[in-house]
Amino acid sequence: MVKKSRIFIFFIVLLILGGIMSPTVMNVAKGINLGLDLQGGFEILYEVEPAEDGKKITDETMQATVSALNQRVNVLGVSEPNISIEGENRIRVQLAGVEDQQTARDLLATEADLSFRDVDDKERLSGEALEENGASVGFDKSNQPVVTVTLKDADKFGKVTKDIIEDYSYPNNRLVIWLDYEEGDSFAEESQKEDPKYLSAPMVNKPLYHKNIQIEGNFDIQEAEFLAEVLNSGSLPVELQEVYSNAVGASLGEDAMEKTIFAGFVGIAIVFLYMLIYYRFMGLIAAITLSVYIYLVLVIFYWMEGVLTLPGIAALILGVGMAVDANIITYERIKEEIKAGKTIMSAFKSGTRRSLSTILDANVTTILAAGVLFYYGTSSIQGFAVMLIVSILTSFLTAVYGSRLLLGLWVKSRVFNKKPGVFGVKESEISEL
Amino acid sequence: MSSNKEKRFFHFVKHRTKFFLISLVGVLAGIILLATVGLNLGIDFESGSRVDILADEPLTEEAVYNQFEEAGKGYVPDDVTLAGENRNMASATFIGTLTKDEIAEIQTYFNEKYGKEPSVSTVSPQVGQELAKNALVSVLIASIGIIIYVTIRFQFLYGVAAIVALLHDAFFIIAVFSIVQFEVNIPFIAAVLTIVGYSINDTIVTFDRIRENLRFAERIKTFDDLARVVDLSLNQTLTRSINTVLTVVFAAAALFFLGGEAIRSFSFALLVGLIAGTYSSMFLAAQLWVVWKWKSMERSRKKPKKKDPEELEPEV
Repeated sequence: MVKKSRIFIFFIVLLILGGIMSPTVMNVAKGINLGLDLQGGFEILYEVEPAEDGKKITDETMQATVSALNQRVNVLGVSEPNISIEGENRIRVQLAGVEDQQTARDLLATEADLSFRDVDDKERLSGEALEENGASVGFDKSNQPVVTVTLKDADKFGKVTKDIIEDYSYPNNRLVIWLDYEEGDSFAEESQKEDPKYLSAPMVNKPLYHKNIQIEGNFDIQEAEFLAEVLNSGSLPVELQEVYSNAVGASLGEDAMEKTIFAGFVGIAIVFLYMLIYYRFMGLIAAITLSVYIYLVLVIFYWMEGVLTLPGIAALILGVGMAVDANIITYERIKEEIKAGKTIMSAFKSGTRRSLSTILDANVTTILAAGVLFYYGTSSIQGFAVMLIVSILTSFLTAVYGSRLLLGLWVKSRVFNKKPGVFGVKESEISEL
Repeated sequence: MSSNKEKRFFHFVKHRTKFFLISLVGVLAGIILLATVGLNLGIDFESGSRVDILADEPLTEEAVYNQFEEAGKGYVPDDVTLAGENRNMASATFIGTLTKDEIAEIQTYFNEKYGKEPSVSTVSPQVGQELAKNALVSVLIASIGIIIYVTIRFQFLYGVAAIVALLHDAFFIIAVFSIVQFEVNIPFIAAVLTIVGYSINDTIVTFDRIRENLRFAERIKTFDDLARVVDLSLNQTLTRSINTVLTVVFAAAALFFLGGEAIRSFSFALLVGLIAGTYSSMFLAAQLWVVWKWKSMERSRKKPKKKDPEELEPEV
């Protein structure tokens, strides 16, 4: 007696799955954050060194540096900046999808240490004299962008300018404004260059008791905004040394992504085809559960706001292989049980039950390896590990339970009773009980 | 494919010495290769800089050298290799690390030339060493974790045999990379670790069947009894092993042939490891286990000698 209702339920389930998956899959796929290796961007590992000799790097300085970097990165409008402390004195910055990589790099690395010096490079006023958040962009009479900074104390600046006039005569009565002055930089040398390192070197003709100082550095509007921004987000208490960097051009990233996704489609198509040919009806069930698997992995990845990297895509495709394995283990078991002379129904029952512990043991060990990868890996490898773990857990759900449910509906409908050929088993292979 | 012929029964255990020899020769060859040819270490482990250029026209090595000469203050790459179907990709490596400003110069130059920003990565010597160390440590930790898990779920002997197979596979990949001289980079390590996971997965499926058959087997008295159980288990899991490795190989091969430059060495490592993994779980792990298991059975039989002398009677 055939129970048609089960088959009916099977098709209902199929319709519901298709109804949920097909309209949403594109949105989910587009909503996933792409790693910098796919959309371009860069990753830098900085080693943090004290800005002045003798100072030590403490947890507080590290925290302060990270928050200063975070503020600066906000200016760039990067959607998912990732700045984290690594070890005792390292900071990893990952900016995916940043459009102007060079400005971003400059923005990050500058100490934002403004200093006012005389022509002999002696510091007259340090950045500490600046009012917090006091920098802004303005325009001078000829409509040239300038940066205005606010000092805490007008008298101090008055004294500095007075000293300059007393100490130097024309044309050396200058106050040189430096950003990130480094030991060895000299005004005499830089002033000969077309593009000097200092910002500007205005002449001082009378003592200036002002709080607001205009810096005219032949800026374009972007440069002016950049300078105001770094001055406002605070100077870094430290010096940042790049020890590792990885910058990916946007088109190279796109190229890699397109190729990998195409390769994935081809690979998965071959797997489906193979399963269909070898396992017949069970292969069809496997193809259905594998499609659900891919969809679920994408959804879960989207929910956990994971970052998809190139190795991550590889893990997803590889996961298909692993998910297929769970199917294969189960189907081989069922075939064996049928060959041993069991009815389709009882072969299905004992086959699914017996294969479960095998699949469990095999998957736990792979998760172990993936966990270690996650713990020890750098960003793109971590993307791989996360994807692998998500894949394995999901494949367990779909390949074991999904497969069992869908196949179970058909088996319990009894249409396949005495039809071992549907499962790829020939009558002659069945041993008599 | 499922045939209506009587399924062939392979006697694996009988040939175990050959398998051991093959693996031994392979490992020795690998050691010699590593000692002489060595690996083509990427900058991830060696420190240095690497610039990947995507052009809109086919490139030649000479052209790339010339372009670097023109860029900014002029650069001389230590090595240039071309890639891509139309040879429109090039990667140039530098021994030293490029500074931020140098990177900016190079990026600006190629961006203006081809409208596509090149990728630039730099690794300082210190970080390179750490990456290499981390890679090694992670393989070790994964191995220990797996040994513990397998010992708990199965038995210590299974665990040790599985680890030998696993290290064999990892080493095999490294040896093959020494032959083909593909670049060894961070994704390569990911591939090796994936294979570690896969290889163990494969071995476990076989061991699981051995354990099950051992439970149902009648009393094991001779080595041949034990060998029969192992052969039976291997034959039973043979189709599964082949089918699984085939499907994963399909996926890995698609990635290798179509997946683009960035993951080529990654997917190649996977391909090699998959094949090694299947070989080692059937021909190495199970065979080692049968030899060791028999030895430990003999040993435990000798102990209760005085109490139960009949047990010792050889059956042959």
